[in-house]
Amino acid sequence: MALSGLFLVFFLAQHFVINITSVIAPDTFNEWSHFMGYNGLVQFILQPVLIAGVIVHFAMGIALELKNNKARAIKYKQYNGNANSSWMSRNMIITGLVVLAFLGLHMYDFWVHEMAYKYIEVNPESPTRYYEETVLKFEPFWRTIIYVISFVLLSLHLWHGFASSFQTVGVNNKYSAGIQTFTKIYSIAIPLGFIFIALYHHFNPITH
Amino acid sequence: MKLNLKIWRQKDAKSKGEIVDYPIKGIEGDMSFLEMLDVLNEELINKGEEPVQFDHDCREGICGACSLQINGEPHGPDRLVTTCQLHMRKFNDGDTIVIEPFRATAFPVINDLIVDRTSFDRIQQAGGYISVNTSGNTVDANAIPINKHDADEAMDAATCIGCGACVAACKNASAMLFTSAKVSQFALLPQGQVEAVDRVQNMVRQMDLEGFGNCTNTGACEVECPKGISLENIARMNREYLSATTKG
Repeated sequence: MALSGLFLVFFLAQHFVINITSVIAPDTFNEWSHFMGYNGLVQFILQPVLIAGVIVHFAMGIALELKNNKARAIKYKQYNGNANSSWMSRNMIITGLVVLAFLGLHMYDFWVHEMAYKYIEVNPESPTRYYEETVLKFEPFWRTIIYVISFVLLSLHLWHGFASSFQTVGVNNKYSAGIQTFTKIYSIAIPLGFIFIALYHHFNPITH
Repeated sequence: MKLNLKIWRQKDAKSKGEIVDYPIKGIEGDMSFLEMLDVLNEELINKGEEPVQFDHDCREGICGACSLQINGEPHGPDRLVTTCQLHMRKFNDGDTIVIEPFRATAFPVINDLIVDRTSFDRIQQAGGYISVNTSGNTVDANAIPINKHDADEAMDAATCIGCGACVAACKNASAMLFTSAKVSQFALLPQGQVEAVDRVQNMVRQMDLEGFGNCTNTGACEVECPKGISLENIARMNREYLSATTKG
C-alpha cells in the first residue's frame, strides 16, 4: 500500500512537470508527449508498471477497508474521531474512490483514445497533435469541473497518504517533521497546479 | 453538578444491549469518573436495580483495568489519563455523557461496560518475553551496558499498561500501538535480540488472528493513549517485521 502510494506520488510529480509545459511551452509539450507515446521503454515497460501500481494500490486499499470494517463489527453510538485524528486520515477510502472514479474518466479521455489512435486505427505518427487534443478536452465545462473536484479530493488523499507511507515503511525519525511539511506543500501545490492547467485550457480555448 | 448519563447496558455477552438514560445529581468536580459511577451504582442498588458493571482495579492509572468510551473517546476528553484519573471537573453542570464499552471484534462485551481484553494477553504470550537462565547462573541485567537513549525509549515503550485505549480510539480497531510497544521494549535492548526475529513475527501473527484491524496511521491511538506511547514504536515494529521476514 505504502510503496505503491509512494510510487504513484513520484509519478504524479513527473506527470505534472510534463503537463505544465502545455501552458508555458506547447511545443515542448508536444515533443515530450510524443516521446512518452512512442518510446518503447515508456510504452511497454513503464506504462504497464504504472497501471500495475494503480491496480495494486486500489485493490489493497479496498481489501484494507473491508478488513478494518470487520475489526469493529458493532459500531459506537458516539465516536468523536475529530478529537484525535484528521478527517483526511479517517476517510482515505472516500477520497481514494473518488480519485479512482476520476482515473476511469481520465483513462477514457486520454489513454483509451491514444491506444485506439495508435493500435486500432493505426494512424501515422503526428508529433504536433497533443497540445490541441489536450486543450480540446477541457472545452466542456462539465469535464473541467470534474477534474477540479477530483484534484481537490486528490489533495486530501495526499495530505494524509504521502507522509503516512513513510511511517508504514518504518521511517519515523528526525526527518519526519520535514517529511510532514513537504507532504503538506506537495499535497496542495501539485493538485493546485493540475487545477490551474485544467482551468487555463478551459478559459483559453484554441480558436481557428 | 447534575448530569444526564447515557450508559450502554448489556446483560451478558449474548444479549442485545442498549443505551439507558440515568439522570444523576450531587456530583462534585473533585470526584473521579469511577467515583461518579460508584455514586450511580449505590443509587441503583438502593432502588433494587442492577448496578452498572465496569472494570477497575488500582484506581491510580497504573493497572490498565479501567476502560470506558466516554463521549466518543477512550478514557474521556482529558489527555494522558485513564478513566480512574479523569475528574468530573472536566464536565459541566447539565452535560450529557455517553458511556460505552471499548468496541472491537477482538474485545467482545462480557456485560455492560466490561469487555474481554484477553486477546492482548495472547499477543503478549506469542512473543512478549525473553528467555533467561534462572537455574543459578543468572546474569545481572545491569552487567550489560545499555546506552541511555535506548534504555529510555525501551522504558517509555514498557509503560504501556495494556488498557486497550489505542484499539478503542482507532477507527480500524487496530492493536498496532499496543503490539509495537511490547515489541519495542525488547527490540531496543540487547536482552531482546536473541528472540527478535520470532518475536515480531509471532506477535503480529497473533494480532491478526485475534481480528484486530490494520494501521492506517491516523494517529488516534497516540493521542488517546494514557501513557503517551508514541507512533515511533509502530514504525520500529514495521522495521523489525520487515527485517525479520527478510531474514526468514
